[in-house]
Amino acid sequence: MAIQNNRLTRTEYDLNFADIHPPFETHDAALVEANRCLFCYDPPCMKACPTSINVPKFIKQIATENDKGSAHTIFASNIMGAGCSKVCPVEKLCEGACVYNLMHETPIHIAKLQRYSTEKAMKHQWQLFERKPSTGKRVAIVGAGPAGLSCAHTLSREGVEVTIYEKETKGGGLMTYGIAAYKVTPEFCEDEVNYITSIGGISIKYNQELGVDISVEELQRNYDAVYLAFGVGLARQLEIPGENLFGVTDAIKFIYDLRSNDYSTIAVGDRVAVIGMGMTAIDAATQAKRLGASEVHLVYRRTQDEMPCTEKELNIAKLDGCNIIWLAAPKEIIGNGENVSQLVCDVMELGEPDASGRRSPVPTGETFALDVDMVIKAAGQMPFADMVSRSNLESNNGKVAIKGKSVTNLSQVFAGGDCVNGGREVVDAVQAGKDGAAAILKTIISPDYMIESELKPTFNN
Amino acid sequence: MADISTDFLGIKSPNPFWLASAPPTDKKINVVRAFEAGWGGVVWKTLGSQVKNVSSRYSSVNYGGKRMMGFNNIELISDRPLEINLKEIYEVVKMFPDRAMIVSLMADNDRQSWHDLIMKCEDAGAMGFELNFGCPHGMTERGMGAAVGQDPEIAKMVVEWVMEKANIPVITKLTPNVHSVVPTARAAVAGGTSALSLINTIQSVTGVDLDTLVPNPYVAGKSVFGGYCGPAVKPIALKMLTTVAQDELTSRVPISGIGGVSTWKDAVEFMLLGATSVQVCTAAMTHGFRIVEDMCEGLSNWMDEKGYQKTTDFIGKSVEKITHWEDLDINYHHIANIDQDKCIHCGLCYITCEDTSHQSINVDRGNPYNHYEVKKDECVGCNLCMLVCPVEDCITMEEHRIAPDYVNWKDWQRMGLPLNDH
Repeated sequence: MAIQNNRLTRTEYDLNFADIHPPFETHDAALVEANRCLFCYDPPCMKACPTSINVPKFIKQIATENDKGSAHTIFASNIMGAGCSKVCPVEKLCEGACVYNLMHETPIHIAKLQRYSTEKAMKHQWQLFERKPSTGKRVAIVGAGPAGLSCAHTLSREGVEVTIYEKETKGGGLMTYGIAAYKVTPEFCEDEVNYITSIGGISIKYNQELGVDISVEELQRNYDAVYLAFGVGLARQLEIPGENLFGVTDAIKFIYDLRSNDYSTIAVGDRVAVIGMGMTAIDAATQAKRLGASEVHLVYRRTQDEMPCTEKELNIAKLDGCNIIWLAAPKEIIGNGENVSQLVCDVMELGEPDASGRRSPVPTGETFALDVDMVIKAAGQMPFADMVSRSNLESNNGKVAIKGKSVTNLSQVFAGGDCVNGGREVVDAVQAGKDGAAAILKTIISPDYMIESELKPTFNN
Repeated sequence: MADISTDFLGIKSPNPFWLASAPPTDKKINVVRAFEAGWGGVVWKTLGSQVKNVSSRYSSVNYGGKRMMGFNNIELISDRPLEINLKEIYEVVKMFPDRAMIVSLMADNDRQSWHDLIMKCEDAGAMGFELNFGCPHGMTERGMGAAVGQDPEIAKMVVEWVMEKANIPVITKLTPNVHSVVPTARAAVAGGTSALSLINTIQSVTGVDLDTLVPNPYVAGKSVFGGYCGPAVKPIALKMLTTVAQDELTSRVPISGIGGVSTWKDAVEFMLLGATSVQVCTAAMTHGFRIVEDMCEGLSNWMDEKGYQKTTDFIGKSVEKITHWEDLDINYHHIANIDQDKCIHCGLCYITCEDTSHQSINVDRGNPYNHYEVKKDECVGCNLCMLVCPVEDCITMEEHRIAPDYVNWKDWQRMGLPLNDH
């Protein structure tokens, strides 16, 4: 059949891309779950959250039917709390730390409860924050992704005027363009961006690309401070023969297209190989399957013990019928004319631990071939190294180098999120945005300036 | 297997579980269903003068996501014609002769009304009477119900009227809406009552609607105090039961225990504190009559496990274990211990002890889990940490006597022993 679009009916698309984590169907269901929470002291779930959401407090507030208070508790720590409730790998964060795990009981459904409060807040457009009087300061932010939006909201609350420069036509960053549609819909992402910016004092200029339409130098000149949150975006190449054949694509592009167009227009192969075992690889593989591919292989050069995705994610792929091939590294892509026809892989075994501490895979000398007509590369993302060097930013292997939590080598220029860390979770980027805002305020207002979230949570006292 | 049948002054029932006088015992259809489900007996909803009920009638208190932890009602006595009730009682007794059929009575406040009512009910086949001296709403305004139960002299007078006429056992039901149930209990015994039952419902306001600002239950923009019952009142009922079971005069008659009995365990507790039978209402109104199956099985299994052949082997066994504070042993001391293998690091023991008790738990911060340890020298043995701990048997109280001999507060003062030094 080869690569083609429109493989399914409308009903099938709707079913395949429906919300994978449905919300509580009733208020009572949320109450029952909220009441299960033990309200731990110095709670492990809160410590496990990169943004330190006071989880027991917001859950208790659901239990007391103080939904507004609950949403405020969440958003005060994480302005993308609604999106995070859908995309966070909670099994390794808050829910993974829940003390119920130690009783071998199901942890509290923290994400689902968080979704309950935050969606209610968005639906009713509750304005939970009031801006402080204007400081007269203006800050430019590059990138309207989670780090940029989080920084912008924090600054706006403190009375700063923020302008965000975004190269795409929509905000949300990888939340909007890089995550499986069955976790968050593009419509939700748009609503979330609008809800965040509804506080006022934040204007987003779209179709503004750093290095093309604007420069760091220009922003430095025109604003009191600049926050760089332009993320990562380039797919890591495999550097193997056949990489230019028709039918080879990368997961970032594949998912970007899927997020920006109707499902029926997205072409997918009949037999697909996805290279990698990170969250993005899983998102690409599962969605290829859900678009109608008959076979999807996830090819990974190490074993399950080393995989970057969580077990829960792996299980989504397995339940979708993806075939998992461990200890296989792509060696060559063979074409039939211009089209992909086979992926040849080296059979690997684990050798000595590498720099990351994981045992590194080494070829055994054996190979095998998979008959495929599409190869999706999801072997990691590369930082925008060129842009970093052209902007005279100090580079850390292509990422923006920082001192402390967000200070760059350039005067009044700060950075955070994926462009600094190389690509982590949405929730990490949100925290980076808060840290960036805190650093900016210390520079443009006063070295003693403290934002709310910098103060020690009273819970711990 | 244990024999759970009950003999209450000659009124036999296959188990000690009776349905209390309330909506579930209002008419034949309910009572037949109850007997088919296995209930040992019923106290037929109070018969007396004609009344008219309002709508709505019930409200409840939910707690921690659990419904009907407490329940209240403003319903009056039976609002059906007396003749229909009597006819149905007659028919049910014929159908289920092995079950206890007690009829609750609340006649107008004169001797003749009581005598007439007693005769009619005896003719219908009642095996015993329960005098409703407790209804806290509606009837009191007319000099009945709690108005009788709250005045020992009136209660005694009415009991005497009843005893003049009744040929079957008479149980006097006590109201808890008094500072002590004992005076009325004594008056009833002095008046000749054959038995006592307690408690009736407690006057209450279950809550206020935060939108309409009208308390519950709602009747056309207004509310009234309702009678409170259900699991929430059990501890109060057990205390009142104990005072009657310990009193030299009132302990001479059998007692039917009422107040939040929901499970076989609750029933055993009532029986250990002196009840011969127990009466249930809210639990049935929460789940239906089928709950009696587990009540019977649970009681029977517990009795087998403890080696009791019949209920009289254990009825009243805990009565003497409630003593006066000044007789407690001051040299008894116990200290909390946290089983570290079971601890889930929720920190509730620490924060409650630190904020509200004796600062006797130490915390070592960790990420994400803290480590908690009891400061043995500081612990006063209050139980709070054990009570809040969500893990069974994780925090236990270990006995560390201060000295081997029994010393109570009176001895302590007499011997001039030191008071606390902190």
